[in-house]
Amino acid sequence: MKGSMLIDGQRVDFNGEKHILEVIRKAGIDLPTFCYHSELSIYGACRMCMVEDKWGGIMASCSTVPKDGMEIYTNTQKLKKHRKMILELILANHDRDCTVCEKTGRCILQELAIRFGIKKVRFDKDEKELPVDNSSVSIVRNPNKCILCGDCVRMCNEVQGVGALDFAYRGAKMQVTTAFNRPISNVNCVNCGQCRTVCPTGALVIKRDIDNAWEVLNDKNKFVIAQIAPAVRVAIGEEFGLEPGSVTMGKIVAALRRMGFNQVYDTSMAADLTVMEESREFAGCLQKGERLPLFTSCCPAWFKYAEQKFPELMEQVSTCLSPQQMFGAVIKEHFKTDREAEGRETVVISIMPCTAKKYEAARPENRNSGTRDVDMVITTQELAMMIKENGIMFNELEEEAVDMPFGLSSGAGVLFGASGGVAEAVLRHLCSDKTIGSLKNLAFAGTRGMEGVKEAEIELDGRKVTIAVVHGLKNAEALVKMIKAGEKQYDFVEVMACPGGCIGGAGQPVPQSAHIKKQRTKGIYNADSGSTIKRSEENPTIIALYEGILKDKHELLHRHELNKES
Amino acid sequence: MLDKSKYPEVDGILAGYAYNRSALIAMLQEIQSAYNYLPEEVLEHISTEIDIPLSKIFSVATFYENFSLEPKGKYIIKICDGTACHVKKSIPILDTIKKELGLNSSKHTTDDFLFTLETVSCLGACGLAPVILVNGKVYAKMTPESALAVIKEIKENESK
Repeated sequence: MKGSMLIDGQRVDFNGEKHILEVIRKAGIDLPTFCYHSELSIYGACRMCMVEDKWGGIMASCSTVPKDGMEIYTNTQKLKKHRKMILELILANHDRDCTVCEKTGRCILQELAIRFGIKKVRFDKDEKELPVDNSSVSIVRNPNKCILCGDCVRMCNEVQGVGALDFAYRGAKMQVTTAFNRPISNVNCVNCGQCRTVCPTGALVIKRDIDNAWEVLNDKNKFVIAQIAPAVRVAIGEEFGLEPGSVTMGKIVAALRRMGFNQVYDTSMAADLTVMEESREFAGCLQKGERLPLFTSCCPAWFKYAEQKFPELMEQVSTCLSPQQMFGAVIKEHFKTDREAEGRETVVISIMPCTAKKYEAARPENRNSGTRDVDMVITTQELAMMIKENGIMFNELEEEAVDMPFGLSSGAGVLFGASGGVAEAVLRHLCSDKTIGSLKNLAFAGTRGMEGVKEAEIELDGRKVTIAVVHGLKNAEALVKMIKAGEKQYDFVEVMACPGGCIGGAGQPVPQSAHIKKQRTKGIYNADSGSTIKRSEENPTIIALYEGILKDKHELLHRHELNKES
Repeated sequence: MLDKSKYPEVDGILAGYAYNRSALIAMLQEIQSAYNYLPEEVLEHISTEIDIPLSKIFSVATFYENFSLEPKGKYIIKICDGTACHVKKSIPILDTIKKELGLNSSKHTTDDFLFTLETVSCLGACGLAPVILVNGKVYAKMTPESALAVIKEIKENESK
């Protein structure tokens, strides 16, 4: 619908906006909300976005359709009184230990309480303390801080199609919880952590590994190696006031060295290994005409989702380990003899945009070296907190290069950070045409972009190969169902659980709007453009590895149970 | 996997609704009338069969007062505490039954699963207040003594 309306006396045109909240924000007024997220359905529960019409009627702007000639007021005394009352009521039942809360400084409830000048809560707390769920390695759920906005519930159901969380009980006893209040590690939660990206308070936060990291970094008997995932470099700058999408790899390396890491590497190197292995596997499948479509395996949330929901499909999920785990396995193998001689233990800490990587690193099969291949996973946000804790002025840091001998990586490896990147990197490798023109063709083949499901068709050695790229597990579920029903046929399917791919991971700084994700994606493609090595097979580190430790140890790079069959 | 010998009716009930997920509440009602409560493993089975997250089923089952996730006794005593019954002294009856059966505000079912005690808000029989309902049978104008007599009679019948 098209028209114009008066907002606080100012004439504002609208054209197709679904509700007046959008129109109001377009007019430059930041109306507060808890339960509104543009990517989720309208819920209308928090009542913070209430507006008044010219007759004094009050309505929730998020669930009111704009009409031509409307006259809306957003900040009358009556509305302010209501907003304050709502905040006070929410705070009455809220754990108000702000200083020790993981979310302090990023909490929307705290922010709005400050904005509306709530200085006193007149009501007593009468609810009992509920137990904090610490069972997951990825997220912590504290129901005492939940304000029942339902954002996590809708994220988990509508975007991810998982449904690990829902409302339970009713009235004053209502809670957001898992089925039968089971520990979240014991239900169908896939650890993607998207719930925590929309949670306005500290009810859902990243499981903190910062203190464990400081401990090993300060232990002289440990040789600590960092690997930095592609998506981290385009997002961490946001924590320090830089534009989303700014590529800050060199600064991250410098910061990690100052924090005490002995060596710093780029996970993109291991992504190159993944490209080599996955391409070979895919070419084999194409040749034999079996296990098609082949699904990618680098996203641990998708992997767990597939295990739970489509166990029969696991045969078609690539046997390749994710870049994180390939890196861990290779590094531990490489440094084994050196460190044993020194009597020091190698510790691999990965810096990831992802909460599910914490879970992946902890999976019992990912222990080639007897201990965990990746000892610890620190998310982008945690790394930013560590940098701040040590008082390192991130923006002032001189850029530094990663270490050798595993320091080289290709632009293809960096692409892994965005949806479509794994598919594009594999195609770059498989395409026999190695000209710049071919690179450009691949970039425009259809794997890039923010649409939930993307399709591409490429000619490889005279054979037409069809590819699907999907992000968001709900989209993945729909796609798999279509494939199983025979409605769609593909040869290769890339799945990333988080909307936008790893750049939109739950370990990244929040908030993550569509605009921010777009900027980060742009950053990934900029990083690729700036790299001198474009294809994984041209990476000298990879060539050396295949001639060296991987010569007779290929199994290091694959999932074990399936590996035996091939 | 669901132990079908323990819950033989479940698949029939789901088939009766053609495994249609929008019939969840009706399915739960039938399950509850078959087993007196909603067993956890049956709900898990429904979740996979009709493709609804278990958390959603738990959400529905805990929202409605009528659904129970705990096994209930053979005799369900519903004591009315609506306005009329309350004024006509339903609380002393409730207290007496609780004491007699060894129940309290968090324990509603006896250890031998013979009795479950529930309070309800109104049975629509205010003229007969105070009222109790035992497995659907109405007992009118109760006193603590007459309530005890009803329980005694059931116990005697059961031990025969």
